Amino acid sequence: MKHSDLKPWLYLLPAILFLGCFMVYPLIDVFVYSLEEGYNFASQTYFGVGTYNYSYVLHDPYFLQAVKNTLLLVVITVPVSTGLALLISLGLSSIKPLRDLFQTIYFLPYVTNTLAVGLVFMILFQKTEYTDGLVNLMIQWFGGPSVDFIDGPYWAKMTVLCFYTVWVVLPFKILILTSALASVNPDYYKAARVDGTSRFRTFTRITLPMISPMIVYLVITGFIGAFKAYSDAVALFGTDLNAAGMNTIVGYVYDMLYGASGGYPSYASAAAIILFAIVLTITCVNLLVSRRQNQ
Amino acid sequence: MNHPNQTDLERIRQTERRRALVRKALTYMALALWALMVLFPFYWMLLTSVKSYGSYNAERIPALFTLSPTLENYKAAFTAVPLGRYLLNTLVFTVLTTAIMAAVSILAAYAFARLEFKGKNLVFLLFLSLMMIPNELVVITNFATITGLDLRNTFAGLILPSVTSVFYIYLLKENFEQVPDELYKAARVDGTSDFKYLWKVLIPICRPTIVTIIILKIIECWNSYVWPRLVTDNPDLFLVSNGIQEIRENGFGRENIPAMMAAVVVISVPLIALFLVFRKKIMEGVSRGGMKG
Repeated sequence: MKHSDLKPWLYLLPAILFLGCFMVYPLIDVFVYSLEEGYNFASQTYFGVGTYNYSYVLHDPYFLQAVKNTLLLVVITVPVSTGLALLISLGLSSIKPLRDLFQTIYFLPYVTNTLAVGLVFMILFQKTEYTDGLVNLMIQWFGGPSVDFIDGPYWAKMTVLCFYTVWVVLPFKILILTSALASVNPDYYKAARVDGTSRFRTFTRITLPMISPMIVYLVITGFIGAFKAYSDAVALFGTDLNAAGMNTIVGYVYDMLYGASGGYPSYASAAAIILFAIVLTITCVNLLVSRRQNQ
Repeated sequence: MNHPNQTDLERIRQTERRRALVRKALTYMALALWALMVLFPFYWMLLTSVKSYGSYNAERIPALFTLSPTLENYKAAFTAVPLGRYLLNTLVFTVLTTAIMAAVSILAAYAFARLEFKGKNLVFLLFLSLMMIPNELVVITNFATITGLDLRNTFAGLILPSVTSVFYIYLLKENFEQVPDELYKAARVDGTSDFKYLWKVLIPICRPTIVTIIILKIIECWNSYVWPRLVTDNPDLFLVSNGIQEIRENGFGRENIPAMMAAVVVISVPLIALFLVFRKKIMEGVSRGGMKG
């Protein structure tokens, strides 16, 4: 009897150990860190307990810049990538020949190393003494002035970052939306055709309501993903994101923890908790809004 | 003899058909345009990687093709920087992490799916709630833990915090539960132990899901950047992501872009090959809940 009581826990033991050490304990500990003022990583001592870390982070110009960058990235890439994915998926589901080929190609960015392919984007957009780069060449064909997208003005850097982010996140969205579109019952479309419903009306009245749960899912995961943007920015602008003025909130957390400006786990914790609070709030708002719309 | 109404109908049909044709052509053009956007960076890295250093830097206007491809950049990628070392490290890291993850997840999923014990639902609920915890929150303490255990710049330090995946436990549990109870009862009657049943019956039956999970984890490991960057500063232990960043900042000299692109190609090829082989499985697995993160 005793033996069989113990057995399930034995099976669970490795998972519980790993999760306990590297998820549950850190989750509690991060709040402790964030409240310890003047924590020193080397001597593991601190002066007192309070909310100073939060106020430090909230007044740090680097953090405010990171928040601004992240918000811009979220506001631009989430709608653009979701809309683009919807258009592409609609196109994909309306064709038969070559569909598999297109789907395979569209999925490629998902299986590539973000850091590695980011280098390719960097050389495509960069302007050096030797060459203006391919993108600038194309801009010049259309009569525009060439811009350095990697070391140049803020809007140019933001454009590349948004473009690369959309390029990276689209495969997942296209995949989800194509399977959502494929699961819509074809009888609805047949009925609409018999009634002579216009294509636009069919889309807004049948397709969109049927796939709206998936769109909500993509918007929510898109928000969460975009708020956690980091490696895309590193890939394009290098590891010193503060110097490039292109840091993100997650980047700020890691810079505080480690690297040239690191050694401040308390500030890093406070920033990570602020990020988590923002993401949680936005996710809840998203869920509430979508629930209200469905009612 | 044609009835006037019939010609009208015919004409309407014809314009309808023409419209459908134009729509189809436009759809294909738009889809091809995006396919080009996706493929072009890959083409560009391949192309640049076979241009010689001299000819690349002599191009004020980038050439869209080259007539004298060379493999010297690939030689440079493996000799001037320790790319082979980075690849080997990533391979070791990926294999070990994935193997431990699979073992831990299978055992836990089996307990949730087949065994009865007090507090099972509560424990499972606690597991599920951990899925919402973003990595960014726990990474700070994990960094302190690994540093405290003196495991920085070791494989153990790289691997241990990367093992846990609640989502995969959940996915496996769902799959295990679909296997009919009768098989389990029959095995119990025959006196088969739980572990033997898991190993000989459940795992072979659920192999497709297990393979999916393993492939998803491999992709995740191959691309991981943040954690390896935190716990390794010794280039001997760099994974490919950190390696490529190191190459960019200190390797080859800043201007040797063709050699850099050769390294990028070498790093990208294994995963693309894996994807082309397991295309269906990967896409199915990702649509069931993979998020690039």
